[in-house]
Amino acid sequence: MSDYNFAYLDEQTKRMIRRAILKGLAIPGYQVPFASREMPMPYGWGTGGVQVSAATLTPEDTLKVIDQGADDTTNAVSIRKFFEKTAEVGTTTETSAATVIQTRHRIPEEDLSEDQILVYQVPIPEPLRFLEPRETETRKMHALEEYGLMHVKLYEDIAKHGHIATSYAYPVKVEDRYVMDPSPIPKFDNPKMEMSAIQLFGAGREQRIYALPPYTKVVSLDFEDHPFDPSKAPHACALCGAEDSYLDEVITDDKGGRMFVCSDTDYCEKRRAEGHTGDLTKETAA
Amino acid sequence: MIELSNVSKTFTLHNQGGAVLEVMRGANLVVPKGECVALTGASGAGKSTLMRIIYGNYLAAAGTVKVGDVDVTKAAPREILALRRDTLGYVSQFLRVVPRVSTLDVVAEPLLSLGVAADEAKDRAAALLGKLNIPEALWGLSPTTFSGGEQQRVNIARGFAHEYPALLLDEPTASLDATNREVVLGLIEDAKARGTSIVGIFHDEAARARVCDREIDVTGFSPQAAA
Amino acid sequence: MTPLLSVKDVAKHYGNHIGCTDVSFDLYPGEVMGIVGESGSGKSTLLNCLAGHLPSDKGEVIFDTRVDGPKDTLKMSEPERRMLGRTDWAFVHQHARDGLRMGVSAGGNVGERLMAVGARNYADIRSEAVTWLDRVEISEDRVDDRPTTFSGGMQQRLQIARNLVTGPRLVFMDEPTGGLDVSVQARLLDLLRGLVRDLGLSAIIVTHDLAVVRLLADRLMVMKSGRVVETGLTDQVLDDPQHSYTQLLVSSVLQV
Repeated sequence: MSDYNFAYLDEQTKRMIRRAILKGLAIPGYQVPFASREMPMPYGWGTGGVQVSAATLTPEDTLKVIDQGADDTTNAVSIRKFFEKTAEVGTTTETSAATVIQTRHRIPEEDLSEDQILVYQVPIPEPLRFLEPRETETRKMHALEEYGLMHVKLYEDIAKHGHIATSYAYPVKVEDRYVMDPSPIPKFDNPKMEMSAIQLFGAGREQRIYALPPYTKVVSLDFEDHPFDPSKAPHACALCGAEDSYLDEVITDDKGGRMFVCSDTDYCEKRRAEGHTGDLTKETAA
Repeated sequence: MIELSNVSKTFTLHNQGGAVLEVMRGANLVVPKGECVALTGASGAGKSTLMRIIYGNYLAAAGTVKVGDVDVTKAAPREILALRRDTLGYVSQFLRVVPRVSTLDVVAEPLLSLGVAADEAKDRAAALLGKLNIPEALWGLSPTTFSGGEQQRVNIARGFAHEYPALLLDEPTASLDATNREVVLGLIEDAKARGTSIVGIFHDEAARARVCDREIDVTGFSPQAAA
Repeated sequence: MTPLLSVKDVAKHYGNHIGCTDVSFDLYPGEVMGIVGESGSGKSTLLNCLAGHLPSDKGEVIFDTRVDGPKDTLKMSEPERRMLGRTDWAFVHQHARDGLRMGVSAGGNVGERLMAVGARNYADIRSEAVTWLDRVEISEDRVDDRPTTFSGGMQQRLQIARNLVTGPRLVFMDEPTGGLDVSVQARLLDLLRGLVRDLGLSAIIVTHDLAVVRLLADRLMVMKSGRVVETGLTDQVLDDPQHSYTQLLVSSVLQV
């Protein structure tokens, strides 16, 4: 038996975080302040997400942790180990087998279900921050639904690049009310936010929690003549041949060689196990 | 059209021991339509003061000053401004304009503020400037750099741009050559023929004799005379 | 005629110190009123109270709204008042950087108010911004430049365009020509005069510069120690001042 309280945080802290989560679920897209605790990892490594996961986990849960879609990167491995040790919950890399999925910067390709919870790690929860540095003012803007400024950012994008160049952390409007930062997920993932699972967002350094209940309306902001476009690299995965997944560009040599592979490693492996092949795997097979 | 009754004027100089200067008492004057009245009297007798009171630029201490239906002594600022826009014109001796505004725009401004279309206002301004022999090359320049005579003519063009029913003229022919003096007198005669009531100060006796129907010596309005 | 703005007995104290007190006046559509007085006379305090930037201690500031007619803006809810601040009201700051977003292009600065009231067509917003830049004599090829690359006079003109794009009916101006050199001032004054005339704007201009009010304001309010000491037609107040303070103020102007 470990010497930690279940999932590291003490019970009072978890209650406090759960209250913030419930409030967030009751007011979709609204940033609920909470008393973020010091965690045994640096800010920027997912302290917000970890606290939300800790307050959400039960001993029966199965946890999956991904970083940019991958289960095997340092951040994902550390957090998975952290909960294995402090909560002794089961862990998995399989999306459909998990009940709680903590993520950094991606939504899994596989559709989530009503009995799953997706926990996002959020660096900067305030979508208006880069245009309006005053917290007092941004709070007022949310309260009074003054969101003209958000479109100024998109306007500037088009003026500078000829199209909306924001490709991640693309702002959305939730249930026609709050403008929300979806965390730095690629805009390709934005349409997936209208999903069956509960989505929770935790920002540790900024001390904010917000949430989307299942089937919440989430609309990406745009202009009539420059509509939102959830595009991705126009390639198929070099490993599994998937054409519908978000891809990472991998540089393979110093002569300009590159390939595109699924950023969601579980999705890619599953497809390969089912016998799908991509350009690269075909060649090696041949 | 212009009717003054029992007008008096005092200046209180608060910063010079509160001295009170009474400069005018019991001034009465009636100018019917189409008549031109010349104010006379020695320098300092109060000719300009009386003109300024009629224009609302100086505050009368007592009495009434009616221009049309408006009593200038009691009217709100916006009523006086409306009066100045529509009814009462004033050609002063000095040109006061926004720097860097072209002469054509300076002359057209009274018409623009009446809502006349820009093209029409500029056409009328151009016609007047031409008539007053301001070289067309100068129209695009600000009149602030012009000679005294040119400034005076720009001022007159501005004052005659709109056909006001009442006009105040302060030395309209001063510093003008014979040709331009003739043009200005012609403008005054045309205005009278339209029925404009005019109060003016003319040191030019021949001009006064030609366009004025009556002379009023303002020395008669001084407190000493009234006493 | 209904006044556009009717101010009744407005007062603002800073502790025991009077910011401004006993201020009442009516402003009619199309009227431009100047508020003059030396620094510390309470003119900026009054302007900020009227524009809702500072809470007043008492009084009423009744604005003739488009939809509901005359309403006391001091009793309005904050969203309502801020809405007014984005639509029918405009505020031109002395320092353009207080009124502009320095990190956003000129077009974005002008377009913000349009987007704030729901404009969602990029091409329309941009063409409206270009039109307004042209009106304030900023050429179209500067539309994507940031105001940090503009001269002081251009920044001030950009601020004016940004404020007027939603067609406000009342503009508050705090020393709009302060800090600009005289030649730039003259051009700005002429521009403002033209806009006021063409758009039928009402304006309240706070300044210590009597030459500015002579050119721009229809009427004047002279303030001293937080109180209004004299009001009237601009040229009448300047040429025949009645109150001792106004006489001092007028006689203190340096002649060029």
